[in-house]
Amino acid sequence: MSELDSLIQQALAGLTQTADTAAVEALRVQFLGKKGELTRLLKGLGTLPPEARRAAGERINLAKQHLLAQLDARERDLRQAELAAALEEQRIDVTLPGRGEPPGGLHPVTRTLQRIEAILRPAGFAVHTGPEIEDEFHNFTALNIPEHHPARAMHDTFYLPSGKLLRTHTSPVQIRAMLAHGAPIRLIAPGRVYRCDSDMTHTPMFHQVEGLVVDEAASFAELKSLLQDFVEHFFERRATLRFRPSYFPFTEPSAEVDVLSESGRWLEIAGCGMVHPRVLEAAGVDPERYCGYAFGVGVERLTMLKYGVTDLRQFFENDLRFLRQLA
Amino acid sequence: MKISENWLREWVAAPAELATLADDLTMLGLEVDGVEPIGGPLGQVVVGRVLEVSPHPDADRLRVCRVDGGGAPLQVVCGAPNVRAGGRYPLALAGATLPGGQQIKAAAVRGVESCGMLCSAAELGLAGDHADGLLELDAGEPGQPAAALLALPDAVIDVNLTPNRADCFSVRGLARDLAARYAVPLAGPALAAVAPALTDRYPVEVLTAAACPHFFGRVIRGIDPLAPTPLWMAERLCRAGFRPIQLIVDVTNYVMLELGQPLHAYDLAALRGPVRVRGAAAGECIALLDGREVGLVGDELLITDDSGPIGLAGIMGGAATAVRPTTTDIFLESAHFSPGAIAGRARRHGLQTDASMRFERGVDPGLCAVALERATMLLLDAAGGQAGPSCGHGPGMAGKRATVRLRRSRLAAILGMELPDTTVAALLARLGMEVAADAPGWQVSPPSWRFDIAIEEDLVEEVARLHGYDQLPSAPSLRQARLGPAPDDRISADAQRSLLQAHGYQEVITYSFIRAADDALFAPAQAAAIVLANPISADMGQMRRSLWPGLLRVAQHNVTRQQDRVRIFEIGSRFIPQATGQDEIIVMSGLACGGARPEHWEGLHRAVDFHDIKGDIEALAALAGTLRDLQFIPAIHEGLHPGRSARIERAGAVLGWAGELHPGLRAHFGLPDGALLFELDLAVLGQREPPRSAAVSRFPATRRDIAVLVDRDLPVAELMAGVREAAGGLLTELTLFDVYRGKNIDSFQKSVALGLILQETSRTLTDQDVGQVMERVMEALGDRFGARIRE
Repeated sequence: MSELDSLIQQALAGLTQTADTAAVEALRVQFLGKKGELTRLLKGLGTLPPEARRAAGERINLAKQHLLAQLDARERDLRQAELAAALEEQRIDVTLPGRGEPPGGLHPVTRTLQRIEAILRPAGFAVHTGPEIEDEFHNFTALNIPEHHPARAMHDTFYLPSGKLLRTHTSPVQIRAMLAHGAPIRLIAPGRVYRCDSDMTHTPMFHQVEGLVVDEAASFAELKSLLQDFVEHFFERRATLRFRPSYFPFTEPSAEVDVLSESGRWLEIAGCGMVHPRVLEAAGVDPERYCGYAFGVGVERLTMLKYGVTDLRQFFENDLRFLRQLA
Repeated sequence: MKISENWLREWVAAPAELATLADDLTMLGLEVDGVEPIGGPLGQVVVGRVLEVSPHPDADRLRVCRVDGGGAPLQVVCGAPNVRAGGRYPLALAGATLPGGQQIKAAAVRGVESCGMLCSAAELGLAGDHADGLLELDAGEPGQPAAALLALPDAVIDVNLTPNRADCFSVRGLARDLAARYAVPLAGPALAAVAPALTDRYPVEVLTAAACPHFFGRVIRGIDPLAPTPLWMAERLCRAGFRPIQLIVDVTNYVMLELGQPLHAYDLAALRGPVRVRGAAAGECIALLDGREVGLVGDELLITDDSGPIGLAGIMGGAATAVRPTTTDIFLESAHFSPGAIAGRARRHGLQTDASMRFERGVDPGLCAVALERATMLLLDAAGGQAGPSCGHGPGMAGKRATVRLRRSRLAAILGMELPDTTVAALLARLGMEVAADAPGWQVSPPSWRFDIAIEEDLVEEVARLHGYDQLPSAPSLRQARLGPAPDDRISADAQRSLLQAHGYQEVITYSFIRAADDALFAPAQAAAIVLANPISADMGQMRRSLWPGLLRVAQHNVTRQQDRVRIFEIGSRFIPQATGQDEIIVMSGLACGGARPEHWEGLHRAVDFHDIKGDIEALAALAGTLRDLQFIPAIHEGLHPGRSARIERAGAVLGWAGELHPGLRAHFGLPDGALLFELDLAVLGQREPPRSAAVSRFPATRRDIAVLVDRDLPVAELMAGVREAAGGLLTELTLFDVYRGKNIDSFQKSVALGLILQETSRTLTDQDVGQVMERVMEALGDRFGARIRE
């Protein structure tokens, strides 16, 4: 065996014994450093006859490259092991809960209102609001409910000593909006309404969304189509609707809208109709030129149907355990 | 209105079984609220005639009866007190199953053999308010099946009438709409006039012909006061929810249910002088037949005689002239009162009656004379007696109702479809309208009973209704929707909601009316509030002037249910009386109690405090731009801790209040550890300065930190304002990184550490530039606040 072979064997044997990158570096210096063993052999090439010099040089260089590659590989392995050991030391418990405030939630009535708005806004419905303390004109008279009309009895009204009242529906917003903006108009009026009634299925305050479309071509056919679309978007399923004749003083013709439940029962979900010409007149809109339709939905009722809430009063009891379920 | 199915079918041969009939009524706009089948199958229940009643040997309350049930007499033990020899009752034979499921067997009752059961109305599953005890049958041969006698099986149909359909407030009215629906003729018993046997005419004076255009009446004498109400009539009344009382009253109720015309019978012997119809005078009183005494406002319509008021017209009769169990002679009234003279009066006096409900919606003026004849006939048939002539004031028949036009074009525009002319005319004609075609469409005369038809749209609804709403087309709008605004100077309430939600707040919704005692805690002592005239309860008697009481009650509700950490908010109106009428201010209010953070393994266990909610308020304000103009000013609020409350202003406008619930109020709201509260005016909170772009400096910023000692009561905001003012335009940011009181500092002082970030947009600042600024700042702080550098 030549000296070169034995040196390489010696170096490789040493390499397998190295425990860390420092030992690898020491080995590198021992064999490849300025005073290293291989370096010494290279320097000794000059003593060889010229014809042998070239072949011997090639052999030493090949051996050197082999050793270098082995040293690098060993060093890389050891470095990775050291890093792995260091990182292992930094291990944390990723199952511990995170810091910070978990989010709260919106009231289910708000969520439903937001969804209703989101469904109707692309069809050009702008949100209008109005006061909750209303006068007789906007709440009744302009809506074709004169004093003593039996329909006023259907609205158990809260009155103030001043003669004003708490609005019994959001329909007065229709009147205010038409008086302010005229026709054509397309709006929804969400908000709190009040009826002097409290039992298992009635709370003295609840929420309504009223929708109104007035223009030169509004028709009952369009109303039917809109509500069909609306209900299917709201409940996110195909829906069978039933429009049945009903009575509201402010619409003519009027209809109640029922949706067929999964259990095969008709559930009332909206009232609607073509805006009564006297209402258009009271709001300064020419009923010969314009037609309109309006619809109203109970927000709590829709919420109950959508999420399976069975007790209306829960909405205003504000038990956090209930609200979080629907947040 | 409840009505017997069999009775309805007597008036219209509807080609539909019960469920379909009910659906069809609903789809006509006569909403069926419920259908209750009654009577079930009554096989083995027959007419039983009691031959003999003897005491039970071992039970005081039981009797042993010998009953003729068609075959050999049966022995039946009976516990009903009204059983008597000679009486006819439903007899359930052994083997019968009653509608309630009870099975009848021959068995010994307290040692005495009983071969069946004599039945009450309830045991037969009959509807309505029957007298207790056995059901008395007024006809039928022993052994005859009881079902036929009782018109069973039957069903009670409950129709929820809308106020416009007064014409359907009767069996005949409902039948009329069904007849139109099925295109079959209206049936029903013949309504013939009774030939008068007497010549008596009772004097009547109608002083208000507008309010009472038709008044018919007649004298009837010699009625048998003991004559019972026929079973068939009593059963129909019961199924309509009426309790049979006495034949005369029952007949008037029956005719009202059948035809829709309310009637009233006066005891002839009690009348004094002519019957007059006149307006009431304010302050008059009347004793009504239900025992109530009512003081009148003056717009009511009265029936009077020489003794004074004897009836509240169209609502209820008086006590003094009401028929009695001994009454034999009556004056029977069948009048028409116009809706305008009746509407609202009954409700005002809390007297909504079957009569007032009909009159205020409108009764067919053509009915007075017809109903009077019908009632007379029924009465004479059941109780004998003789009738005088029917005497009318007013025409007794409806004047022609005004013609209403219906344009083909309008019909098509509203419905969104065209119907053939012949269809339209036929539909209207089926509803009793006179229809004359003209060039644009039709001229239509509604029948006397259709008070609700006045304008073209009413006719459109009639056509649509009878054609079927479900047959009308559905077609989406093809018109382009108009685009909506996206205002850049407002932060939406939804964005603010989202922010509070992200900060851990749960939204709640509380009532706008609250207990006055709760509300008063958060308002100045003499400040006005808006109260309700007719609250549902004192707990909901006043419009809230702050949302805090509602939030505190929600916190209380949840804390008592082991929800210790509560963070809630609400957006809603508070109501402050204003001369301008702008009483409603929409606010966003919040409450936090319990821990500052949710319980956590790192263990920061600290109760929420003022600066926690201040951070939330600052985050809300930051949505709308800079915090620079947001000021928390120490101020006193009725409901807040005096040393931990602030009025919040923004650019000079009052944004709201924040603070800790006054410790004295903790017990009132059941919150032992108190709560933090804020209430912000949403209009001010949502205002946003639309952003403008400005140059961003390319040159590095320089930071200098200083710590100064100042008086411990000096508000830090003032100190920082002083720094900003003195530093001038180079100061781009000022941070507060420490406030310290305690060791190494005099007790009347505190250390405040500030970081000043200085930058120029056009060049890098030199040490000299920075030094000059810091010198100015220290000088100003020293002069204005006595501040000195903390070494």
